[in-house]
Amino acid sequence: MNLELGNIFIKDVKFGEDTKVENGTLIVNKEELISLISEDEHLKSVDVELAKPGDSIRITPVKDVIEPRVKVDGPGGIFPGVLSKVDTVGTGKTNVLKGAAVVTTGKIVGFQEGIIDMTGPGADYTPFSKLNNVVLICEPKDDLKQHEHEKAVRMAGLKAARYFGEVAKDIKPDEVKSYESLPLLKSVEKYPELPKVAYVQMLQSQGLLHDTYVYGVDAKKTLSTLIGPTEIMDGAIISGNCVSACDKNTTYHHLNNPVIHDLFDKHGKEFNFVGMIITNENVYLADKERSSNWAAKLAEYLGVDGVIISQEGFGNPDTDLIMNCKKIEEKGIKTVIVTDEYAGRDGASQPLADADPKANAVVTGGNANEVIKLPPMDKIIGHIEPVDSIAGGFDGSLEKDGSIVVELQAITGATNELGFNKLSAKGY
Amino acid sequence: MSKLKVVHYINQFFAGIGGEEKADYKPEVREGVVGPGMAFNKKFGDDAEIVATVICGDSYFNENLEEAKAKVIEMVKEYDPDLFMAGPAFNAGRYGVACGTITDAVKEELNIPVITGMYEENPGADMFKKSVHIVETRNSAAGMRKAVKSMAPLAVKLAKGEEIGSPEEEHYMPMGVRKNYFAEKRGAERAVDMLVKKLKGEEFKTEFAMPDFDRVDANPAVKDLSKSKVALVTSGGIVPKDNPDHIESSSASKYGKYDISDFNNLTEETHETAHGGYDPVYANEDSDRVLPVDVLRDLEKEGRIGELHKFFYTTTGNGTAVASSKAFAEEFAKELVADGVDAVILTST
Repeated sequence: MNLELGNIFIKDVKFGEDTKVENGTLIVNKEELISLISEDEHLKSVDVELAKPGDSIRITPVKDVIEPRVKVDGPGGIFPGVLSKVDTVGTGKTNVLKGAAVVTTGKIVGFQEGIIDMTGPGADYTPFSKLNNVVLICEPKDDLKQHEHEKAVRMAGLKAARYFGEVAKDIKPDEVKSYESLPLLKSVEKYPELPKVAYVQMLQSQGLLHDTYVYGVDAKKTLSTLIGPTEIMDGAIISGNCVSACDKNTTYHHLNNPVIHDLFDKHGKEFNFVGMIITNENVYLADKERSSNWAAKLAEYLGVDGVIISQEGFGNPDTDLIMNCKKIEEKGIKTVIVTDEYAGRDGASQPLADADPKANAVVTGGNANEVIKLPPMDKIIGHIEPVDSIAGGFDGSLEKDGSIVVELQAITGATNELGFNKLSAKGY
Repeated sequence: MSKLKVVHYINQFFAGIGGEEKADYKPEVREGVVGPGMAFNKKFGDDAEIVATVICGDSYFNENLEEAKAKVIEMVKEYDPDLFMAGPAFNAGRYGVACGTITDAVKEELNIPVITGMYEENPGADMFKKSVHIVETRNSAAGMRKAVKSMAPLAVKLAKGEEIGSPEEEHYMPMGVRKNYFAEKRGAERAVDMLVKKLKGEEFKTEFAMPDFDRVDANPAVKDLSKSKVALVTSGGIVPKDNPDHIESSSASKYGKYDISDFNNLTEETHETAHGGYDPVYANEDSDRVLPVDVLRDLEKEGRIGELHKFFYTTTGNGTAVASSKAFAEEFAKELVADGVDAVILTST
């Protein structure tokens, strides 16, 4: 399973007559995009705005961020089982509008949606402040139930990303990167002297705004399974969740999963990256036991020496994380876990909801309870009122002058548990 | 610039007054340095100097705690120092506890920076390492030179109000506070590097050492529920409709106490959840799913419980610091006891 990613670097975005890429600028036909997204009967209105790095713009409440991609060669299409037929993806060629993204906002669905500031101190904490964003403001029909509302906006974002991806199909990429993913036995033959490693990715699956889809299947209804790392790059996993904004994995994060990329970087040199296991984070204890049993069983079956386990969300999923870590270590396989912390605003509380001495190699995305003051911005895209009630906000978060005092957990992607960011925490 | 002023606290032994037989020595203050203070002054150089030394016997301090504390604080205040330093106490237990106690008290009362030093197994270390900077020393006075070398620079930094580095960099015991910073590499790369080291059997450093986990043992079973007053307490965020006290959806700073004496059943019109950590649709449709008032009313009617307490207590467990949860419960547990509640059903989500 070999995939070539062709990156087309996008340095600017603007409105224009035809949607296309011209000299690194993504040009957006606003009307065409609005009419495409407005097809969904659940949406009352759709608007589109642009947000670029350095703009004095605050986007909130943010639901998802998606990178435009398109299959150029090889089976299937982007977001299989959701927008494209359910073919197995991950081989051939895929083009990427690197530096561009679709961001979805509009009336809040739940408490877990986030904030993206394009400039100022908040911008340092979200990777999406560095992108040229096309923001969809999707307002639901009156009385639309939360589950339908979430789905309508989720699909709107994916459709817009596909729409932009399509214009990249015939463009010669600025940079091409190749990813090799061999069948297990062939891979072992190729690098017999290297230790074998796998990646165990935990997918949030706790219900509304806490769901993830794999080839269109709701992850909470899945058993732990094997998946090719290049399949992820073609959109085999999409986000239907926002838990919390700081440590949810947006679809953008999945497409660019840094653990996969950084394992590929040392593949064939330091170790042999033989495969990937996905496992869910359900709410029932029996599900947690079953899923972690299966993750450990699959890791043992692959015969690996070590794994990296990444988490999504916090609190309840801390138990899944520790179960996975403990059970895989008990198989004699070395683990490194990637998580984040809720150590209280003063940083003095117990940061995880579960712990085990076997979890002796931990990477942290930082303390999500740390408080930050976000200065006022010239322009708000979306709705500013929910910041008092989103996760990380509190009564009085929104100040009179438009500044916001919130915990980092309200910032989209701030303490990502795929290790997307440089943020970490130290003990003092 | 004039030198920063330091007041130093030592025990009777290091003051050269005597050993155990003099441990009841009452607090006394002397101008300038006494005993180990000389080595500190040398190390401080032009930055700081010890202007006075307080001497107190270890037994006297620990046996007359309040009196001794008050007296020492008064003596320290007299000199209006930029820093208060105690010890180092090495492995001397009572001396270590005294150093921890008095630095903590001076910090609280006089609001000036403090520092002490001792061996990691000194009982004073566990008692105070979370509240004051305690430099780790060897277990005997043979480690004095090294202790001075570590304590003096940190003392100067604290006195100047400069930013303090990590425990490894500055040689103090971890205070259990987590602070964010931007690392050089992204998390995924750090994880891959850590895995490579772990696979090779090389030394690696976890970014978060697993804590000693708080486990709470269950109380013995209630003998006769039919005569018991039962209360409902939840971290599932159930609140009266529209969340009148604005309990946060995550990282709660407060809890609510609400009257349910008029309710046999919670409905979509009367209650909802404020919790931001789970799918709220089902709890909003029927809050009894998280806070089972309906079932408890049935049990009350059937005589299987004595009565349902008229108030329930609620907060959101989502992202809420353990320290906050503890503080909430300490407060309302007293009310529950005062109200004659015999048993509590705790529901989460």
